[in-house]
Amino acid sequence: MRPRLLPGVRISYDDVRDRTVVLYPEGVLMPNSTACAVLVRCDGRTSVAQIVDDLRAIYADVDSADVLGLLRRLAADQLLTLEPSDG
Amino acid sequence: MADTGRPFGLLAELTHRCPLHCTYCSNPVELLTRDRELTTEQWQDTFDQARKLGVLQVHLSGGEPLLRRDLPELVRHASRLGCYVNLVTSGLGLTERRAAELAGCGLDHVQLSLQDASETEADRMAGTTAHRTKLAAARIVRDLGLPLTVNVVLHRGNLDRVQEICLLAKDLGAARLELANTQYYGWALRNRAGLLPSAGQLNRALETVRQMRRQLGESMQIVYVTADYYEPYPKPCMHGWAARQLTIAPDGTVLPCPAAQVIKDLSWPRVTDRSLADIWYHSEGFNAFRGTAWMSPTCTACPRKEIDFGGCRCQAYLLTGRAEATDPVCGKSPDHHLIEALVAAPGDAEPVMRGYR
Ligand SMILES: C[S@@+](CC[C@H](N)C(=O)[O-])C[C@H]1O[C@@H](n2cnc3c(N)ncnc32)[C@H](O)[C@@H]1O
Ligand code: SF4
Ligand code: SF4
Repeated sequence: MRPRLLPGVRISYDDVRDRTVVLYPEGVLMPNSTACAVLVRCDGRTSVAQIVDDLRAIYADVDSADVLGLLRRLAADQLLTLEPSDG
Repeated sequence: MADTGRPFGLLAELTHRCPLHCTYCSNPVELLTRDRELTTEQWQDTFDQARKLGVLQVHLSGGEPLLRRDLPELVRHASRLGCYVNLVTSGLGLTERRAAELAGCGLDHVQLSLQDASETEADRMAGTTAHRTKLAAARIVRDLGLPLTVNVVLHRGNLDRVQEICLLAKDLGAARLELANTQYYGWALRNRAGLLPSAGQLNRALETVRQMRRQLGESMQIVYVTADYYEPYPKPCMHGWAARQLTIAPDGTVLPCPAAQVIKDLSWPRVTDRSLADIWYHSEGFNAFRGTAWMSPTCTACPRKEIDFGGCRCQAYLLTGRAEATDPVCGKSPDHHLIEALVAAPGDAEPVMRGYR
């Protein structure tokens, strides 16, 4: 599984609120720092295992089940897809 | 008031002009003419102010936003500020060249409305030949690689074709389909008698939506906005009054929602009179129904008051004459009999096409 942000979903930095935001057709999401670290890696090339490894280099106690759960929630919110890329 | 947050979204109604005449149109019955519209510079200054206030999403709507010649400049301006720019359009005027230009200016997303899946019925609702042009516009958007949401307003006349509508949107390559039951404001309120569906129609449509979701899976998201007259509780209008969004009418009037100007007991300043921040934080209209202190005794005593915020203030005002009343669509509202009567006997007033009076 190589998660990928769906078209129309954009990660951006809001200098008014001084934080990273996710912009998508229906609204704005304010992810916490772990979720941000996951989201910026959803490029369709990085595997879930690689994302977990990357996070372990930044944060202590990264649980791969938690990361997968987060990815599934973001997929359900139509922000990313876990399906293999169709090109 | 103490904990007023920052707004996230701005609905910029660039114009009220429109080549279509939908009887369901939520625009006000008193349409503003071109000479009342803000200039390019005034919109750009408004976007600057909106971004500083916290706005991250700009929805360019109307009327038909493509009738503004300066649309590319406005898209570019909002995009350069870092905003997500969404074009809400009927699709008329969205030629290949125009669409490519807008994409080049940083347009992020297009929400295209269709009236129906049946060409004859769609054009009847639009009051003009529009359907084929819209289908072409959808393909242009998709070919540019821009994400496309198709929006269809549902009413008595098209609810029985929800399946055809879903399949058409899928065929057009929409990532999302928004099936929005008519909200009764503006022209739609005037034309309510001819638009109100039956309970049976709504039940069948909802069942069809469920079936289409199963059939189409992840390939197209289907958002279904319910018909609030038939719901036990009101909609959580705008996630609370003046909490997250603001609307600016073509003449610069700043509003908490597109319908709010109907509330005549409140004054509605324009961006040309006061700064956007001053209006957001300090104006009478924006503060009138923030929080819960203004609520009727019915809502004050209700555990759902932080869920639906007592429903829609504009609907309360339009149906009862009191903006602070519990939204009459709520089963607990002392005015709920008004809704029951309307649903039982919608009346037989002749439809009035938008823009012809
Ligand atoms: C007022 S229109 C303006 C933009 C453009 N003319 C169009 O129709 O797409 C904005 C959006 O509101 C939808 N809409 C119009 N009247 C409505 C109503 N009474 N209830 C719910 N949605 C409505 C339209 O389908 C469109 O997606
Ligand atoms: S809903 Fe129809 S009449 Fe109203 S602005 Fe949009 S296209 Fe024009
Ligand atoms: S009584 Fe008021 S708060 Fe309770 S459900 Fe009805 S509208 Fe909402």
